[in-house]
Amino acid sequence: MALTREQLAQRVAQEFQDGYYINLGIGIPTLAANYVPEGVEVMLQSENGLLGMGPFPRDDEVDPDLINAGKQTVTMARGASLFSSADSFAMIRGGHVDLTVLGAFEVDCQGNIASYMIPGKLIKGMGGAMDLVAGADNIIVTMTHASKHGESKLLRECTLPLTGKGCIKRVLTDLALLDIEDGSFILRERAPGVSVEEIAQLTAGELVIPDLVPEMTFP
Amino acid sequence: MSGFDKVVGSYEEAMAGLEDNMTVIAGGFGLCGIPENLIKEIRRRGTRGLTMVSNNCGTDKYGLGILLVDKQIRKMVASYVGENALFEAQMMSGELEVELTPQGTLAEKMRAGGAGIPAFYTATGYGTPVGEGKEVREFNGRHYILEEAIQGDFSIAKAWKGDRYGNLVFRKTARNFNPMAITAGKVAVVEVEEIVEVGALDPDEIHLPGIYVDRLIQGTFEKNIEQRTVRSA
Repeated sequence: MALTREQLAQRVAQEFQDGYYINLGIGIPTLAANYVPEGVEVMLQSENGLLGMGPFPRDDEVDPDLINAGKQTVTMARGASLFSSADSFAMIRGGHVDLTVLGAFEVDCQGNIASYMIPGKLIKGMGGAMDLVAGADNIIVTMTHASKHGESKLLRECTLPLTGKGCIKRVLTDLALLDIEDGSFILRERAPGVSVEEIAQLTAGELVIPDLVPEMTFP
Repeated sequence: MSGFDKVVGSYEEAMAGLEDNMTVIAGGFGLCGIPENLIKEIRRRGTRGLTMVSNNCGTDKYGLGILLVDKQIRKMVASYVGENALFEAQMMSGELEVELTPQGTLAEKMRAGGAGIPAFYTATGYGTPVGEGKEVREFNGRHYILEEAIQGDFSIAKAWKGDRYGNLVFRKTARNFNPMAITAGKVAVVEVEEIVEVGALDPDEIHLPGIYVDRLIQGTFEKNIEQRTVRSA
């Protein structure tokens, strides 16, 4: 079975380590904040100028001056700090953020990512995504493995305008966890009940299949 | 009356000198920390052909979005414009020119513009449409593109508190692009929720010194929320 949104978020959260500063993109990455493992403390960075993002506010706590990068009202965690957009991106560009998780339309086996524009259809802009993929060393891309029509989104070469070049090393899809090394996807884990063959069939880019590909485990 | 007193008496006076075809840099992120009354004053003046530099272009009803109604904006420099149907329509029809700029690069362009740095190298955008036609240089085995600073004829911004000398304190994530926007404007206009007497702010708490501010005005704010998101109690 393909992973649900919640399982994707759970699997992302398994990568969180104690003391990590983390930037989570909009959508599934944000959900991962609900599954921080026991005994692990992380601090969430929101690129509009907040380090130490807390949960959504209660109704009487809503503050229009306190939002996240998705423009949702939020709260601050204990130990939070506030700063300008320039300082925020100095953190990101300077490589001080330990982990970045974001979505994408396509990735390819050269580590390229396309996530911000579909020419003629969707032109909303890149927001902070280009800075995040250029600035972070440790990035996880979360996405569905294939489109609704069964077309692979893990390509030999991205077809859409790029958000970043050669910067992606790890992709988590609803079917598999893959690393990108030396021009190939390496299949590391598969979703429970999903076969290696099924994954191979839906992966258009170069795919290396190790002898052992364990199933993901969820607590 | 001190030569350092930046306070003006009306919004009309605050935006005096704004002319057609000027470049205006605006603070704010989404609808958070936007100079909403200064934007309304630009709408009232009917200034046209503007180049607006701001992370977003408001929504259909609020923020910079209200300048689209009478097509006052000719060009928009922004990182994300997905919140505004009118914007999309004018962009698709070619009436509105759009320069999509990565968010961190936009912040740094403003910062550099205010700090006398004409351009800077960044890895952001290398190998993407943003990097096309820009100088590429390699430092320590990585590729960087040359991005130029931005300066505005005017900048418009919002802070929480300011003293009469223009020393400013921002509040929570309403700070965002406001400090850099202010530094990058030839005429920097700031509206605040409260003007306090000089000396009332602890010098250690001032986020932006008054040297960058030309005009200061106290306003009342709607503070609209784009995505009101709550958890159940």
